[in-house]
Amino acid sequence: MTAAPPILDTAARAALAELLLSIADDEFVIGFWDSEWTGIAPMLEEDVATSSIAQDEIGHAKAFYELLAELTDDDPDRIAYGRSADAFRHATLLNHSRGDWAFSVARRYLYETADAVRLAALARSSHEPLALLAAKMRREETYHLLHADAWLRRLADGAGRQRLIQAIVRLWPDAQDLFAPLAGEEKLVRDGLLPEPMAVMHRTWQANVRPVLDLVVEALPDAAPSSNGRTRRSEDFAWLHGEMTSVVRSEEAATW
Amino acid sequence: MVIDAGTREARVWDELSRIADPEIPAISLVDLGVIGSVDIDDERVRVRLLPTFIGCPAIGVMQQQITEVVGGMGLAPRVDVEISFDPPWTSERITPNGRERLRLSGFAPPVIAETDGLDELSVLPIAECPYCGSRNTSLDNPFGPTLCRAIYHCADCRQPFEQFKRI
Repeated sequence: MTAAPPILDTAARAALAELLLSIADDEFVIGFWDSEWTGIAPMLEEDVATSSIAQDEIGHAKAFYELLAELTDDDPDRIAYGRSADAFRHATLLNHSRGDWAFSVARRYLYETADAVRLAALARSSHEPLALLAAKMRREETYHLLHADAWLRRLADGAGRQRLIQAIVRLWPDAQDLFAPLAGEEKLVRDGLLPEPMAVMHRTWQANVRPVLDLVVEALPDAAPSSNGRTRRSEDFAWLHGEMTSVVRSEEAATW
Repeated sequence: MVIDAGTREARVWDELSRIADPEIPAISLVDLGVIGSVDIDDERVRVRLLPTFIGCPAIGVMQQQITEVVGGMGLAPRVDVEISFDPPWTSERITPNGRERLRLSGFAPPVIAETDGLDELSVLPIAECPYCGSRNTSLDNPFGPTLCRAIYHCADCRQPFEQFKRI
């Protein structure tokens, strides 16, 4: 980063760290789940596309971990690979295994639409390095969003419709947790670090996706983020955490 | 002999224009538009590198190559290659020469944007076949062998080809 480190008070620093960790973990974990499709996607083109999207997400996670490490004087690799599963702060939407193709498409649609709302807000953050990064990311994420939207419609109009419906119904409550309240959120909003409260972004996202999802699923219930939506961990994630840290754990003192 | 900073910076740009992009060697880093700025003082040469994609795995290779080449010029004790998103790299930063180089090596250059934003309309399947120049082409996959490439098919000369993505 070229911008001079902004002056932040202790409370702002802690709150911003929580925000960065949450988003970084979202991107990191969905990137890992989706990378599991490499080699086994339903068609070659999708193999390439899903792998490319997963690579983007892990690259985004890396950039967020670097911002966080700068803020907390830590090491991005340690944050990514050196924490216990319980210390992760991704939303519960990302606690689930990849499931079948329809499940992954449903999750990606819910995630990308939410991420678009979040990045639009973060591009206006008073923390300049974060605003610049979010602005750059939005251009890449446009492709992800188009891809997710195209697949949702494709499955909804085809033989995969029932599976898609089941996946959406199952994931819908957990998808809300992408907008779960953050520790220190009031401070973040007051200082302009987070330009909009999570609750406002949540409403924007719902207004965007409900009209599309209502065409696919009958009577999708009203749902809201849960207060522990970023701290509940699952068995699926415990397994993934073991996988993604396996190489690092195999030689802890190694330099790569 | 005193060499003024402007001349030294120009020499750095000149050297950077000889470094090939690690993923598409037909184009140089300068023509690709990833060099944001070059500043020199007594302590260091500072090069700002604007990544095409945030997750591009070639960033480290580029940093290393720039450090080696510029370090070899002996202009200052240190070379810093800083990653920057200010301004964000966009495909409009590819120079006219770079676009031509891409075309000659079988890549369709990115579509020139009419607006600054990247919306659905601007990602529409438009590409000019680098082999026959036809616009009778279709988008096969907006994702390709690297993060920055998309795959198209030309209905006239029946060739698949890649486009450097508009972003």
